[in-house]
Amino acid sequence: MKKGLSPFNIVSLTLGFAFLYIPIIILVIYSFNASRLVTVWGGFSTQWYGALFRNQQLLDAAWVTARVAFLSATVATLLGTMAAIALVRHGRFRGRTLFSGLVYAPLVMPEVITGLSLLLMFVAIGMARGFWTLTLAHITFGMCYVTVVVQSRLLSFDRSLEEAAQDLGATPAKTFFVITLPIIAPAVISGWMLAFTISLDDLVISSFTTGPGATTLPMRIYSSVRLGVTPEINAVCTILIGIVTVIVIVSSIATKRAAVERERAERMAAAGG
Amino acid sequence: MPAAPVKAALGPVRRAFSPWTDPAAKPLIRFENVTKRFGDFTAVDNLTLNIYEREFFALLGPSGCGKTTLMRMLAGFEDPTEGHVFLEGRDIVGTPPYKRPVNMMFQSYALFPHMSVTDNVAFGLKQAGMPKEERAKRVDEMLTLVKLTQFAKRKPHQLSGGQRQRVALARSLALKPRVLLLDEPLGALDKKLREETQFELTDLQVTLGMTFLIVTHDQEEAMTVADRIAVMNHGEIIQVATPGEIYEQPNSRYVADFIGDVNIIPGKVENNASGNVKLKSEWTDAPILVTNPVECAQGGDAWLALRPEKLIVALEPPPPGTPNVLAGEVWDIGYLGDLSVYRVKIPSGDIVKATVTNRTRLVERPISWEDKVWLTWAPEQGVLLTN
Repeated sequence: MKKGLSPFNIVSLTLGFAFLYIPIIILVIYSFNASRLVTVWGGFSTQWYGALFRNQQLLDAAWVTARVAFLSATVATLLGTMAAIALVRHGRFRGRTLFSGLVYAPLVMPEVITGLSLLLMFVAIGMARGFWTLTLAHITFGMCYVTVVVQSRLLSFDRSLEEAAQDLGATPAKTFFVITLPIIAPAVISGWMLAFTISLDDLVISSFTTGPGATTLPMRIYSSVRLGVTPEINAVCTILIGIVTVIVIVSSIATKRAAVERERAERMAAAGG
Repeated sequence: MPAAPVKAALGPVRRAFSPWTDPAAKPLIRFENVTKRFGDFTAVDNLTLNIYEREFFALLGPSGCGKTTLMRMLAGFEDPTEGHVFLEGRDIVGTPPYKRPVNMMFQSYALFPHMSVTDNVAFGLKQAGMPKEERAKRVDEMLTLVKLTQFAKRKPHQLSGGQRQRVALARSLALKPRVLLLDEPLGALDKKLREETQFELTDLQVTLGMTFLIVTHDQEEAMTVADRIAVMNHGEIIQVATPGEIYEQPNSRYVADFIGDVNIIPGKVENNASGNVKLKSEWTDAPILVTNPVECAQGGDAWLALRPEKLIVALEPPPPGTPNVLAGEVWDIGYLGDLSVYRVKIPSGDIVKATVTNRTRLVERPISWEDKVWLTWAPEQGVLLTN
């Protein structure tokens, strides 16, 4: 096998990563721009980060976003896990295929349609738009993602583990909390993280379902960009990128470490140690 | 040495152990006219079976014969479509698995991956509400029994296959169940370890004085461990008997063929007088005599089951008029070290297997390929089958 990369591979790799990351790099660089003009470099400065923390509107929006994301991800995880268990476990109940399809539908449905239909529903039942309608909407689509993630984990779950627990005297409820849940916990947690990040950056559905006093960060950024991109917005986005990067790095290091640990243990066992 | 007298005392007990021959004996487990259907598929078909206290009972059959379903009905994971399952005289149909005094060792071992060996073994005791100190004592006792005390803190993925198997065994024994169910318990082990473990299992069963029910598709395993074997096919029991009876007295061609190697010679009953049956077969001109008493109609179809090791291979023809002779030529020889297997082709084109113990070192083959040979056997060596 040839080591290293052929010139063709180097070129395609460079182009691919450039395409993905150059816009982000530019954004990060300009967040440290001393000049008020976004396209003109005026020297290094962190003044926009300071200005950010004095901008009450942006801080309010960030707080709303965090609350909605946390609450909706948590409820979505609860409901989504339950849905996944029902779909995988309760075998051949009437209309199972229909239900599976219905769970996946919001994933492929245009967001505009989901947002509009949620809005129409809230209007029809006379619910005042605001924080709660926003949270409900985010639960709706977050739940689908959680269901998909947990469902795929449950499909590879060895059912004899649950049978063994019941055989040893554990009731079905006890079995779920002591055996099933701890084993599928990684999938449940990654479902939560997925729902959280999706809620964090949702713009379209939020715009439809929110009301006065419940403006999320993406909505705030979008509306200020319409008046022109300010270095302040670049600073917000840089912080968001930082948060997401940290989450991704931490979770991948944790996964990798667990895999290495497991491999070592298995080698040790195979050697009879 | 306190262990020796116990063994000595149990030895003769074990040999004389045959509650199934005692009409007054009460079975510990009774399946009564049990039928289990999954949709259109009948897994178990109107089956009745008694298993007695302290028996090591094997359910043997090919995959899909219903043996696992039968065991799962005893554990409580399936309920029969029709019929009753009795444990100590009580109908347990409908009792959930967590309320049955029966424990199972799973084929996949089903060890809880997020718990240590100790916690796995203690799981059932914890559910039963056993106090902590007593629990620790019992776990230790169990781990000593399976020789795993130094691995108590490990997680299942830090153990080898054989160690995992022993953890599963300790876990299912910890609650001292009325019946231990073993679902293909040794399937995942290599041959050598499997043979060792088979003997360990029988020892354990005798020492603990418990009732074991094993499901297996491996006839050798069933023969080694079990007091009695039920040979199953298509959801029905074909024969229930001791390993010796199953081998030497199969009641059908299916059982004869499933257990070990066998030659089945087709024929017609020519004469049936006072327990001596004379058979005429297209395989040989010589008459076939059988001394085993069996019900058969004159002129009816019958089959003679002959184990390969019961045949005597000779290079010289026997004197004319000798019964029980098959003539042919050596088609193939399998040298297994301790045994040689001769595959002899008879004039009809059928192959007859004969095994010969290699009593002397094989320097030069006394019998070689394409040699003309004569196979003979004593009249009491064959088993006459009519179905």
